[in-house]
Amino acid sequence: MSDIASRVKAIIVDKLGVDENEVVTEASFTNDLGADSLDTVELIMEFEKEFDIQIPDDQAENISTVGQATSYIEEAKK
Amino acid sequence: MELKRVVVTGLGALTPIGNNISEYWEGLKHGKSGAAPITYFDTSLFKTKFACEIKNFDAKDYFDRKEVRRLDRFAQYALVASDEAILDSGVDLNIVDKYRIGVIWGAGIGGLETFQNEVIDFANGDGTPRFNPFFIPKMIADIAPGNISIKHGFMGPNYATVSACASSANAMIDALNYIRLGYSDIMVTGGSEAAVTQAGMGGFNSMHALSTRNDDPQKASRPFDANRDGFVLGEGAGALILEEYEHAKARGAKIYAEVVGGGMSSDAYHMTAPHPEGIGVIAVMKNCLENSGLKPEDVDTINTHGTSTPLGDVAELKAIKHVFGDHAKNININSTKSMTGHLLGAAGAVEAIASILAMQNSLVPPTINHETADENIDSELNLTLNKPQERKIKVAMSNTFGFGGHNACVAFKSMDD
Repeated sequence: MSDIASRVKAIIVDKLGVDENEVVTEASFTNDLGADSLDTVELIMEFEKEFDIQIPDDQAENISTVGQATSYIEEAKK
Repeated sequence: MELKRVVVTGLGALTPIGNNISEYWEGLKHGKSGAAPITYFDTSLFKTKFACEIKNFDAKDYFDRKEVRRLDRFAQYALVASDEAILDSGVDLNIVDKYRIGVIWGAGIGGLETFQNEVIDFANGDGTPRFNPFFIPKMIADIAPGNISIKHGFMGPNYATVSACASSANAMIDALNYIRLGYSDIMVTGGSEAAVTQAGMGGFNSMHALSTRNDDPQKASRPFDANRDGFVLGEGAGALILEEYEHAKARGAKIYAEVVGGGMSSDAYHMTAPHPEGIGVIAVMKNCLENSGLKPEDVDTINTHGTSTPLGDVAELKAIKHVFGDHAKNININSTKSMTGHLLGAAGAVEAIASILAMQNSLVPPTINHETADENIDSELNLTLNKPQERKIKVAMSNTFGFGGHNACVAFKSMDD
């Protein structure tokens, strides 16, 4: 697992209070990991803080799974 | 329309002197002080360095990690105390009509710590408003009753009352009236507060409202003593289950007491100072007696607002003498704030519970820390000083007053004839 992927995972485990094993690439924040709309906003803000990036709202809307978050951040950090 | 009778069928408490009802009563009975140096933050620059914090409370014992992050302490306390009261009431949540159960809850401030920390983060940033999405829903005072209803599925009337230190007394009175009028069968009511924070201590300190007896915190809350120097900030929650009498009887519920009435008034005088002659306080006790169908001579005990401030204590006792006349000296008057400190919006609930427990046990908890008589206080009044007093209690009243001049008073009557 890349460094980014493991940091993303750690944030999700912490903020959503879920088990590490549940945080797989395909897992959806809302459908699989029990996040509501406020949790999702908080996750995006945590990603921004952790990786020192800006995720505009229109792009944040497209980040709904663990994999999508990791790819977005990897792309942004290139 | 005939008003329905309302009784208390469940109690819950999370206080600085006990984390449940039985511990709370043990503390009250034994004159235990909940005051100690503040552990939540560094107080070295603060004028007052002590408070009545909740002790041995770990939110993780009650909530999962995600819930802990979503709940300010005042809402955590609300859930813990209301859970105890619901369980105590023995009501079977699988068979009751949840549209007929409501929650009316008092909080004088609400999520002060959440507000403080979010604003500190913002102030430390570059000006970009990166507020946590839980900031507002964690902080607002009505989130406590909101969360109680979400947890249990109660779909009746639901809101918070905000009248500073009278908040939970107003909540109980509203809950009483909704059942009286037939809007619901059961109301979860009470209040919670968690203002022992830098903002809370600093704010009350700057008003010169708090005791600064840093060398002896346990002796600081001393209502009616000549050397009292302000209140001691407390925190916690008290919860009561109010239920329509026939509903309670039909399910064979244990009944603690009848809630016979409530009084409300306003000083219309000053933002924070009590009226020196206690005119609003006289009005609230008169209203309460009238609303309860009681005569002054019926009252056995009054749990005063008695915060241990120089002005407030004297004005309240003057008002009691005015309302009760010669009977005032027969009443067991006490201030349990001498032990718990001042729980602000939760005060009305925890003190009403103290009154009900006193009735149950025929024992009036003491006003501790009394050393020197105040010449402005009539020595004929029985202030239940330093030791509990045995007494068969038929009627108990509980007073609470809030900044803004809000006064509320609730009366309970024993079911034993």
